[in-house]
Amino acid sequence: MSRHIISVLVENEAGALSRISGLFSARGYNIETLTVAPTEDASMSRMTIVTSGSEDVIEQITKQLNKLIEIVKVIDLSEAEHIERELMLIKVRAGQKEREDMKRMADIFRGRIIDVSDNTYTIELTGDGAKLDAFIKSLDQGSIIETVRTGASGIGRGNRVLRA
Amino acid sequence: MDRIKTQTLTGAEIVIRCLQEEAVEYVFGYPGGAVLFIYDELFKQDKVKHVLVRHEQGAVHAADGYSRSSQKVGVALVTSGPGVTNAVTGIATAYMDSIPMVVITGQVPTHAIGLDAFQECDTVGITRPIVKHNMLVKDVKDLASAMKKAFHIATTGRPGPVVVDIPKDVTTATCEFSYPDEIAMRSYNPVRKGHPGQIKKAVQLLLEAKRPMIYTGGGVVLGNASSQLRELVKQLGFPCTNTLMGLGAYPATDRQFLGMLGMHGTYEANMAMQHCDVLLAIGARFDDRVIGNPAHFAQNPRKIIHIDIDPSSISKRVKVDVPIVGNIPDVLDDVLKLIADQKTQDTSAWWKQIDEWRGKDCLKYDRKSKIIKPQFVLEKLYEVTKGEAFVTSDVGQHQMWAAQFYKFDKPRRWINSGGLGTMGFGLPAAMGVVLANPGATVACVTGESSIQMCLQELSTCKQYRLPIKIVNLNNKYMGMVRQWQQFFHGNRYSESYMDALPDFVKVTEGYGHRGVQIDKPADVEAALKDAFARKDELVFLDFITDQKENVYPMIPGGKGITEMILYEDL
Repeated sequence: MSRHIISVLVENEAGALSRISGLFSARGYNIETLTVAPTEDASMSRMTIVTSGSEDVIEQITKQLNKLIEIVKVIDLSEAEHIERELMLIKVRAGQKEREDMKRMADIFRGRIIDVSDNTYTIELTGDGAKLDAFIKSLDQGSIIETVRTGASGIGRGNRVLRA
Repeated sequence: MDRIKTQTLTGAEIVIRCLQEEAVEYVFGYPGGAVLFIYDELFKQDKVKHVLVRHEQGAVHAADGYSRSSQKVGVALVTSGPGVTNAVTGIATAYMDSIPMVVITGQVPTHAIGLDAFQECDTVGITRPIVKHNMLVKDVKDLASAMKKAFHIATTGRPGPVVVDIPKDVTTATCEFSYPDEIAMRSYNPVRKGHPGQIKKAVQLLLEAKRPMIYTGGGVVLGNASSQLRELVKQLGFPCTNTLMGLGAYPATDRQFLGMLGMHGTYEANMAMQHCDVLLAIGARFDDRVIGNPAHFAQNPRKIIHIDIDPSSISKRVKVDVPIVGNIPDVLDDVLKLIADQKTQDTSAWWKQIDEWRGKDCLKYDRKSKIIKPQFVLEKLYEVTKGEAFVTSDVGQHQMWAAQFYKFDKPRRWINSGGLGTMGFGLPAAMGVVLANPGATVACVTGESSIQMCLQELSTCKQYRLPIKIVNLNNKYMGMVRQWQQFFHGNRYSESYMDALPDFVKVTEGYGHRGVQIDKPADVEAALKDAFARKDELVFLDFITDQKENVYPMIPGGKGITEMILYEDL
C-alpha cells in the first residue's frame, strides 16, 4: 500500500464528478482527498485525487479512469517529481493567556492569522499534507475549535505538464 | 454529396431521424407518458419498425439478442421512471458482456426534474455504473449530436450500452436539424493497432513455446476476428479453448479445439490452461469463472500474452508478460504476417498429453437412463438442427449443458448472459435473434425457473410471429442452485424447489402457440424433429428431465482450475 496522487483532466460536464467518485466506490478504491475546479480552459476541470493501494490497484485505477468517456487525461503525479499543496483554515482558542504562544506557533509554520476575535484566531496554513498534520499535532488539542482542509492539489515539477 | 438542407424539427422528430440516419431497422420498446411524442413520430413513418414487448426488461434483452446475433446496434426505447428501472437488468446484462446498444429513455420535463415528479427517477444516476456512457439531453440543440455520440461510443473500442435520457419538453422543443457525419471527441479515441514491439515479442514467445495454449473470449466474437483466429490456430497448430462468451469463435468440431474452459469447462481445456508454458489470451479477461483461484493458477510458471482492446482488462486478475492493447482483428493480422513462414517448436509430446486428458471423456453421462437426461436433449438438439441453429439460453445448468453439448462452429450463434448471469434473458433475446436473422433456426434453451422470469414475452412472439423453439429442461429445481446446495450446503435444498409449476403446455397454448410435453427419452428426437419442421410456429417443448442431474466437470468456487469434480469421482 502506498500513497499516490492522481491528476485528472476532465470535460467540464454535468455528472463528471459523480462518474469518478462512483467509480472509486463501486470498485472499492480508496479516496483520501479529492479536489476539483475548472482550469484556464473553462471547458475542462482538473482534479487531484489522493489515493492509496498496491501497485496493481493503482494501475487499475488509472486504467479505469481512462476508460471513462469524459476523462481527457490521467497521470500518476507521484510517479515522478511533483509539488503538492493543501490549504487549511484552523480556528483556535486565543484568549489573553494563549495569544502570544499561538502567534509564535503560526509564525513557525509560516501560517497567517486571517481573523481575530476576543478569544479566537483563525489561521491560514499552506503546505503538503504532512506539514498541516504536523501543525495540528504541535497544538494543544484542546485549543483547536474547528479545522477545514481543501485536500491536496498537485502539479509536476519543471517541464512535466498535464495538458489536453 | 449534397446533404439535405437543414430543417426545423421537434426533438421527437430528431430522435426518429437520427435512428433513420443510423439505419436502425428495429426499435424494441414500450410506450409511456414521457415518450409519447417520440411514439407519435414512430407512428408517422415506416422506416424504423417498432417491436412492442410486454415488459421493458424484454425490450432491452431483445435489442441485445438482435445485436449479438448480427453486427448491428440494438436499440431500445422506454419511458421514464419504472420504464427505466425495468430496463436496468437488461442494460446491466449488455454492459457485462460488452454489447453495443443504444437505450433511449424518456424523462420528465426539464422543469420537473428533481421535484419527485410522477414517474421520475434519476436515470443517469441509476444507470451510471452499468453503461459505457450515458447522457441527459437538456437542450434540443444537443440532441442530434448526443444521438450520434451514443452510436459512436456504443460501437467503437470495447463496445457497450449507451443511455440517452430525453426529457419530455425536449421532444417538443424545436431546432434546426442536421445529422453530423462524424464526431470528434478529444476525450475518447480508442486504439486500433497494437504496439509493433509487443507484437514481435509475442510472436517470439509463440515460436519458442513447447506447451502452447490459445485461450479466447467474447472479444474475438465482438471484434469479428473469428477468421483471423482460425487462421492463427491452424498456422501454429496449437490447441485452442473458448470461454463461455467466446464459443463459436473457433469451430467446436475441430480437433484443435479443447472445448470450453472454466468452472464447467472440459478436463482437457482446464488442464492445458494450467500446464501450458506459453498462453495466448485473446479478448478474454481471466475472470473468476474461468481460471478459478488466481493464486492456484499462478503456481505453474508460464508466459502470458494478452491481446485486448480494453487496457483495464489486462493484468486485472492475472499479471501478464506481454500486454497488447488493440483491436483484435488488426493485431491478429499483424501477428499472422510475422508468423507466415516461421517454424514452431515440436508440440507432439504436448498433444500426446492433451489426448491423454481427453481420454477422461469428462462430459460422459448415463446414456441408459430411463429418465430424460438433459445432456441427451442437447445432443439431440445439436443433431436435429445440424449444428446450424442460433441458440439462446437463460442461466443455470441448462446454460452450461448447452455450452458443453452444442458444438458451435460459427460465431454469434451462441447467445447467453455470461457476465451478469441474467435469468429471463433467453426468450426475449431469441426474439431479437429471429428479427436480425429472418428465416434462421432459433432455439431458446431454458429451464422451468428461468423461463418464468420473462414468460410474458410469449405474447410478443405471437404478435410478431416469431417461430422460436423453446427447449425447456424441466427438472422442477433451480438446478444450479440445487447442485451447489448438494455439494456445499449438506443437501439442504433451501427454496430451490419449484413447487406449483404451471402446465407449460397450457400456458403456451393460452398465448396462442403450440406446447408439447415430453417425458420419455425415446420421444426426444421425434419431438425435436417435429418442432423444428414447423418453420412458422413457436413451439414450447417441455422436457421432463432428471431432477438430480449435475453439471460436470465442476470447479468449486475459490478452487484452482485443475481441482475439478468429475462425474467419475462420485
